[in-house]
Amino acid sequence: MSAGIGTGLGLTVRGLTTLFDTPRGMALAVADVDLDVGPGEMVGLVGESGSGKSVTLRSIMGLIQTPGHVTGKVEWGGRDLVAMPAEELRRIRGSEIAMIFQEPMTALNPVLPVGLQLEENLVAHTRLNARERRARALELMNIVGIPAAERRLNEYPHQFSGGMRQRAMIAIALACSPKLLLADEPTTALDVTIQDQILKLLLDLRDRLAMSVVLVTHDLGVIAGTCDRMAVMYAGRIVEMGTVIDVFRQPRHPYTRGLLGSVPRAGAVRTMLSSIEGTPPGLTDLPAGCAFHPRCSFATDICRQERPPLQSLGADRKVACFHHDRVAAAEAIL
Amino acid sequence: MSAVPIISVDGVSKQFGVSYSLMRRLAGEPPLAVHALNNVSFEVHRGETLGIVGESGCGKSTLARCLVRLLDPDGGAIRFEGRDISTLRSAERRAFNKRVQMIFQDPYGSLNPRMTVSQVLNEALSVHRMRPKRDIPARIIELLDLVRLPHDAASRHPHEFSGGQRQRIGIARALAVEPDVIVADELVSALDVSVQAQVINLLLRLQEELHLTLIFVAHDLRLVRHISHRVAVMYLGQIMEIGPSEGVFASPRHPYSKALLDAAPELDPTHRSRVVAARGELPSPLNVPPGCPFASRCPHVFDRCRVERPALTKRAPAHSAACHLVDFGAMPSALADAV
Repeated sequence: MSAGIGTGLGLTVRGLTTLFDTPRGMALAVADVDLDVGPGEMVGLVGESGSGKSVTLRSIMGLIQTPGHVTGKVEWGGRDLVAMPAEELRRIRGSEIAMIFQEPMTALNPVLPVGLQLEENLVAHTRLNARERRARALELMNIVGIPAAERRLNEYPHQFSGGMRQRAMIAIALACSPKLLLADEPTTALDVTIQDQILKLLLDLRDRLAMSVVLVTHDLGVIAGTCDRMAVMYAGRIVEMGTVIDVFRQPRHPYTRGLLGSVPRAGAVRTMLSSIEGTPPGLTDLPAGCAFHPRCSFATDICRQERPPLQSLGADRKVACFHHDRVAAAEAIL
Repeated sequence: MSAVPIISVDGVSKQFGVSYSLMRRLAGEPPLAVHALNNVSFEVHRGETLGIVGESGCGKSTLARCLVRLLDPDGGAIRFEGRDISTLRSAERRAFNKRVQMIFQDPYGSLNPRMTVSQVLNEALSVHRMRPKRDIPARIIELLDLVRLPHDAASRHPHEFSGGQRQRIGIARALAVEPDVIVADELVSALDVSVQAQVINLLLRLQEELHLTLIFVAHDLRLVRHISHRVAVMYLGQIMEIGPSEGVFASPRHPYSKALLDAAPELDPTHRSRVVAARGELPSPLNVPPGCPFASRCPHVFDRCRVERPALTKRAPAHSAACHLVDFGAMPSALADAV
């Protein structure tokens, strides 16, 4: 599903690299990330904390500030977002590309009514008059399933429950009918039944509005339930990529395999989980060679010396591991 | 399972008062209170793991705190080996504290940042006089081995450790006093998945080695299912269903358990559903509806649910549910025989 590439549709990321100058040295938060998102496609970005998945999203959106520094290419509709002047980027942000965040309570302004925050977006990006804006705001509230929309528009974020706040944030993001929605852990702070509601809402909206979605999460179950394709990140790099079905059926990177094994499943009660030993490396002090080798049970000498390139294995499947054949051949863990 | 439960909880209720507003005073209305626990009863048997699962606000953490007597219930009684823990005084209470230990969710907030690991463990060991003073350093090394931390960890401060390691320190501190029961409140929810798995494995191993009774409180159904012998599903301060882990998860007898199970993301991309598992949201605990607390969200709701609160009644051996639909989730008898 990479129909969008070259035709100006969809998002094409090439060599995206984000560095942060910290007192402890240069932190390589995102390294050489290539990502394609076709029209109407839902792509999952999964990894543990510090893997660079959120920074990737923020770099795409141009939200990285000093001491951060972004290089590479983010192509959207034939334009490069990284090189674009700030003023032009502002016109795209919030209209063509929208973003939702993990913590709606901090992303929303606590001292403004939700309706006003919704209208801000419409004022900035459309020429609707006050009455039309109000009508659009009501329509959006209905689209995202907030009951009693008329009254709710005048309420403040603290009067909303967690799930309703997230819906309000989605409504704000959808205000200008974006073509690409960047979702940064949109359900992590929510209860499972509410998470389920929000994810299904996102799927419905994707279908109805023909949006592309990039969903960042640490929960493989969320990816399994929603996305078309997925990329697994570790220490700032994409280590495996493919359709969700393929990756879950046969992980080819030891880290993906370990992540899948770490999640408790039905039918294996009170057995040892196949955990990954150790902890993720610090970004200022990455190990030589493959960043995963200190935790990897497949590692050999070459992994300690050389970094495996992200190589293509047929259509839509990429992996950065010297031993991907051995990993694929290893006993199934699902 | 031994016949005498190590802990029995009998009709426990707990309310938290909300400030009595002037408007309510003038209107002559009674003060509001959050009903965190509402007539909760269950038993815990020696050596088993009881999982307590529910969404935020269901009262599971309040229950955990009542079990170790960090909170005193307003009604009902919690008995440890047959004795009401609210009647324990001084030495008896210290003995109880020693035998029932709690591990907290937040590994950052529950360790004193100015104490080294060896000071933390030393404190637990000396307060309860677990070892003569000269044996304490050796015992600290033993404890670090037990939770698989390096020996040089003893002289370091909490901030020098990762989240998973900090949680291990929390476990070591709880184990220092050689408890019989461990109450773990959201033990791994702050950790990354791969580290979660390490801590869960450690817990399973320690339980086996030290014959611990474990009360595992969590919101993550997959984790609770993985680790528990028995599971209690809570909603709005009440137990909706309690029973053996396989029973509850294979054929939930309460619509809420089923919704929770359907909503939990599973690792199988081939089984996708676009149907929302449960509509609506948790009602305010200030204003618990008179009937079944789940009535406002339940797809099977009927008139009786809104007026009469269902009691927890038996559905199968050791399996109870609080629902007016007694046959909900029951397997047809022929099928049940086949299984």
